[in-house]
Amino acid sequence: MSPTDDRVGAPNDRVPADGVPDDRVRDDRVRDDRSSDHYTCDLAVVGGGPAGVAGALTAALRGLSVVLVDSGARLGGQYFRHPPGAARASTPGLDRFLRQARALGERAEVLLGHQVWTVTRDGDRLTVHCQTPDGRAVAIRCRDLLIATGAHDRPLPFPGWDLPGVLTAGGAQALLKGNGVVAGGRVVVAGTGPFLLPVATGLAGAGAEVLGVFEANGGLGLARHPVLAAGKAGEAAGYGLAMARHRVPYRTHQAVIAAHGERGLESVTVARLDADWNVLATRELACDTLAVGYGFVPQIELGVELGCETRQDADGMPVLAVDGHQRTTAHGVWAAGEPVGVGGRYLAELEGRIAGLAVAGEPVPGVLARRRRRMRAFGEALHHAYPVKPGWQGWLRDDTLVCRCEEVPVARVRAALELGATDARSVKLLARPGMGWCQGRVCGYAVACLAGESPRPPRRPIAQPISLGALADLELKLDTP
Amino acid sequence: MTFQITIDGRAVPVEPGQTIGAALHAAGVRAWRTTRFGGRPRGLFCGIGVCFDCLITVNGRPPERACLLEARPGDEVTTA
Repeated sequence: MSPTDDRVGAPNDRVPADGVPDDRVRDDRVRDDRSSDHYTCDLAVVGGGPAGVAGALTAALRGLSVVLVDSGARLGGQYFRHPPGAARASTPGLDRFLRQARALGERAEVLLGHQVWTVTRDGDRLTVHCQTPDGRAVAIRCRDLLIATGAHDRPLPFPGWDLPGVLTAGGAQALLKGNGVVAGGRVVVAGTGPFLLPVATGLAGAGAEVLGVFEANGGLGLARHPVLAAGKAGEAAGYGLAMARHRVPYRTHQAVIAAHGERGLESVTVARLDADWNVLATRELACDTLAVGYGFVPQIELGVELGCETRQDADGMPVLAVDGHQRTTAHGVWAAGEPVGVGGRYLAELEGRIAGLAVAGEPVPGVLARRRRRMRAFGEALHHAYPVKPGWQGWLRDDTLVCRCEEVPVARVRAALELGATDARSVKLLARPGMGWCQGRVCGYAVACLAGESPRPPRRPIAQPISLGALADLELKLDTP
Repeated sequence: MTFQITIDGRAVPVEPGQTIGAALHAAGVRAWRTTRFGGRPRGLFCGIGVCFDCLITVNGRPPERACLLEARPGDEVTTA
């Protein structure tokens, strides 16, 4: 097949029908010893979404030995999250992705349910350290590493946002796509960005009463949505039709600025906003569920720890800097998809393919490079159309939690700033936001904004909670020549 | 085939492949722990393993993320 062929891999009937490569199927080329949990390969890929699967398959089809590792129970990442078995959500492109996943299962080692907690370097070799849910340590030695770790929701704090029933938009989507669970009965969708539309139409289509989509930006309305302007008329029209069919109101320049309830969500305060998101007027809306999201946080910590240079994307988020071949500035380290800038699943898959070709030492066809540039420009246009405006800080009260893990209220963050903290790091040291279980993934953006700076690249030497035993095991190996 | 898990002895139905968190949420159980300082109720928030709000005790093991942990028949969730 030619590199410009739209298919990354061909369908194959030797793998289970749900597209999940059997975890027990081992490729003897890459496993060091049948009894051990150590692998050696040309390319290790972290992340089993569209970027990781395309990159792994492209490289495997060119003869490289490949190990792909993902924390989920099935391949797909966030976009192609799907339940087991034949039942399919109506995610566009899922069938094609599952064909790629099957093809990959034939040609590479796929390790599911593995959490990567660090990557170490030893000369020109890298070792990916993972942990299984039952605490087993797994190490993958490789020459090249592709970081395809995706992104997670970027929440903003507001009063009551930690009440049960308040979910991230991605969380509501994960419940529906991966579990077939409709997040609630009377649902409000709020935040900013085009992602709110599939979340709302998905919930409405599955039987929820969606009381409204409150888009804090906009003013153009759905008819002149940037997705339309970029020529994705079909996609935007599809959401528009679904919103109309289910009678879901789409309200621009409005936001949920507070959530209320005793032991769970009972109502929200919806506000009309000015262009900077200052509140003009408010009303109450009774609901049992809120799905809220203000863009995404690319997951880049593995690259940061390996010394990859970062750049600031148009939405203010630090992302890994890559060249036209998806190569980062760290030797042997490549990145594709959201970790190099949020741009959606088409771009993620394309970048995965480019990385796979480049790792295999093959030229990247001009048509792929041009398509990539076009999609990147579109992603940047969306960032500019859906920024986070500073008025959200006016929604906060003194007792509004900023850090959910350590239960740090706004007042303590402001006290730290008054004590002389001049950046997010010193706020963290004084007031503890970002020191809990999530390591600042949820509150990091908000704390940076409150400290008056752009979010910095996260430093998380240990990217996932691990047992002391696993850590001690690594120290032992590092110390032993 | 649908199977069951329990939360503090109460039965909760599960579709195969569902996470513990999804099954509880679907059954109307939206909180299963309280925070250390404020005693605030917590359940699912990010839904994808990032926020750790949904930590849960299953079969007496150390806390795990309910949104990632696939339910198995007979799993026993305890909240106290």
